[in-house]
Amino acid sequence: MYLAKVVGTVVATTKVDGLEGVRLLVVEPVGEDGSPAGPREVATDAVTAGPGELVYVCTGREASMALDESFVPVDVSVIGHVDDVMVCPEETPAGSGRKGKR
Amino acid sequence: MLLGRVVGNVVSTIKHPSHVGYKLLLVKPDDADGKPEGQSVIALDLVQAGVGDHVLLLREGSSVRDLVGNANAPVHAAVVGIVDEVER
Repeated sequence: MYLAKVVGTVVATTKVDGLEGVRLLVVEPVGEDGSPAGPREVATDAVTAGPGELVYVCTGREASMALDESFVPVDVSVIGHVDDVMVCPEETPAGSGRKGKR
Repeated sequence: MLLGRVVGNVVSTIKHPSHVGYKLLLVKPDDADGKPEGQSVIALDLVQAGVGDHVLLLREGSSVRDLVGNANAPVHAAVVGIVDEVER
């Protein structure tokens, strides 16, 4: 699962069985700072997202599980709207985690 | 599983019902030297980890679905451990 930005929608009238009525979006993977982080992909939409929105997506076999019909050929699915991303301002050096506190 | 570092939190109010109640963490996998490297992954938090923690990242959907107890949850990654120490 990773962050992505919705950059467009796809209209396809001829699709395989099981994908009728499923919204398709063009998503661009982004890093935690919002910068593009990979090639654009077509994703199915499980949460009614729209262009310009920051979302998170699920890939692989699990992507189809977000849809009403789960045995469909899908490999990327938008599964949540992202309201906020809180990133640690500076990365802590390796090994300096909360050692021994749990 | 991968070793990684929690670099942030993701706040999402509208999400798949199976994700409700779980914290979403941004985890950056470690490189060979233990430094965060590459594309960060969003993972469900199953161990109450927080930003800065060194964690075990599970990226196998079937196992994560088993852990969350929902056979139809669209999840691909979860934080399943907090690492105290790694000998290299």
